[in-house]
Amino acid sequence: MKIIKYIISDIIRNKIMLAYTVLLLAISLSVFNLEDNKAKGLLSLMSVILIVVPLVSIIFATIYIYNSAEFIELLVSQPLKRTRLLLSVYSGLAISLLLAFLIGSGIPVLIYSPSIVGGVLIAVGMGLTLVFASLAILASVLAREKAKGMGIAILLWFYFSLIYDGIVLFILFQFSDYPLEKASIVFSSLNPIDLGRVVILLKMDVSAMMGYTGAVFKEFFGGNWGSIYSGGIILAWIVAPLYLSVRRFNRKDL
Amino acid sequence: MINAAHVSKKFGKLQALRDINLTCSKGQSIALIGPNGSGKTTFIKCLLGMVVPDSGTIQFHGKNIANEWEYRSKIGYMPQIGRFPDNMTIAQVVDMLKDIRKKDASATDEDLIHAFQLDRIMNKRMHTLSGGTRQKVSACLAFLFGPEVLILDEPTAGLDPLASELLKDKIRAVREKGKLILITSHVLSELDDIVSEVIYLEDGCLKFHKNMEQLKLDTGEDRLAGAIARVMRSTEKR
Repeated sequence: MKIIKYIISDIIRNKIMLAYTVLLLAISLSVFNLEDNKAKGLLSLMSVILIVVPLVSIIFATIYIYNSAEFIELLVSQPLKRTRLLLSVYSGLAISLLLAFLIGSGIPVLIYSPSIVGGVLIAVGMGLTLVFASLAILASVLAREKAKGMGIAILLWFYFSLIYDGIVLFILFQFSDYPLEKASIVFSSLNPIDLGRVVILLKMDVSAMMGYTGAVFKEFFGGNWGSIYSGGIILAWIVAPLYLSVRRFNRKDL
Repeated sequence: MINAAHVSKKFGKLQALRDINLTCSKGQSIALIGPNGSGKTTFIKCLLGMVVPDSGTIQFHGKNIANEWEYRSKIGYMPQIGRFPDNMTIAQVVDMLKDIRKKDASATDEDLIHAFQLDRIMNKRMHTLSGGTRQKVSACLAFLFGPEVLILDEPTAGLDPLASELLKDKIRAVREKGKLILITSHVLSELDDIVSEVIYLEDGCLKFHKNMEQLKLDTGEDRLAGAIARVMRSTEKR
């Protein structure tokens, strides 16, 4: 765990990281200044965050690990456990990405819309940062070549942002004669981005517009148990890829 | 000190190491020689636990190194290519390794840092350094903790003549202290006065492990380069 601080101090001097922070800051500030209605501002910010945060987190983390390949080799030759080494690299990346997100979006939300919805939005953004940094570790441990690893990372993002929703919509239309409300809860748990969206929308009280499914969602996710459930699912999305990566990394030839 | 028994490793279809049996003891300085792709680096990486052999065992001080990591605190390693995170300074990299190895400043061997005059550029960031300077940093890190075993993979490749002379002086000084040194290099002429033993690998097989005197006697050459050239020619004929 001793190497985390060195990794963080390396990453926060990275220009891409600075650009990411500035981009989030610009988006957040312009969204709140253009909209009179704070709730509408949060809604627009949510759409942007759900796209940008996973994308930057997974791409940046993957590139960083591939660029540090020789350095990670050097660290493997040192008296360090591999499990610890990989978790330190993950922590360094995750903390830096979280820092950028909190400065870029957390502070503006806190200033312009300090509400429960704003808090949930920030929590979801942080959760997604951790999930996609974890998926990036998995992608880069699985593929030896940089091009292949980047391909996997981009495909994962594409899948969770677009393809998955397409598949779910297809299923919902095909089986529209059947009651699919319970199934939709399962569907949303299988995609951290969707889960994040549902959780935020329910807090915004626009679930009335989502019809009967919205009511079922409200009942399931609305209460305390719903919050614990969604937190647990996000945690599982962080831990599972990390666990697989550590297992694979411990046996990997470098 | 290091015992390798029946070590084999396959990368896909390529047999990188075939049934290697080796013993290296304290006080020896060994040259690992062989054509490109003969398995030198793979063998070194097996010693460091970076590559896990398919079969066979490697012992360090009589203890199997599989799944171990503490033993690496006794090894200093200089890789073929030294690359570090772009935005770290030399000082940060040195501090980080000190943190990992839990050594205080007084116990470290910073001779090379002074010899290479790296102390003047300690606050430069890694991405601003030339390849040769990064190589110097790698060399300093290998020697920094006065390890019992030094593993140097192509140490002088990319260094200017002055720096490689300084590095060789350091290697000699360390050898006098009775440490085990393993060097791979293609510049055989510079190994002449450094090494006492030669290990020759070809296609992942251990061809021989002899001391210098014996090798010179067997081949009738008095320089390492000549002796190895003779060995390579004779294996080609077969």
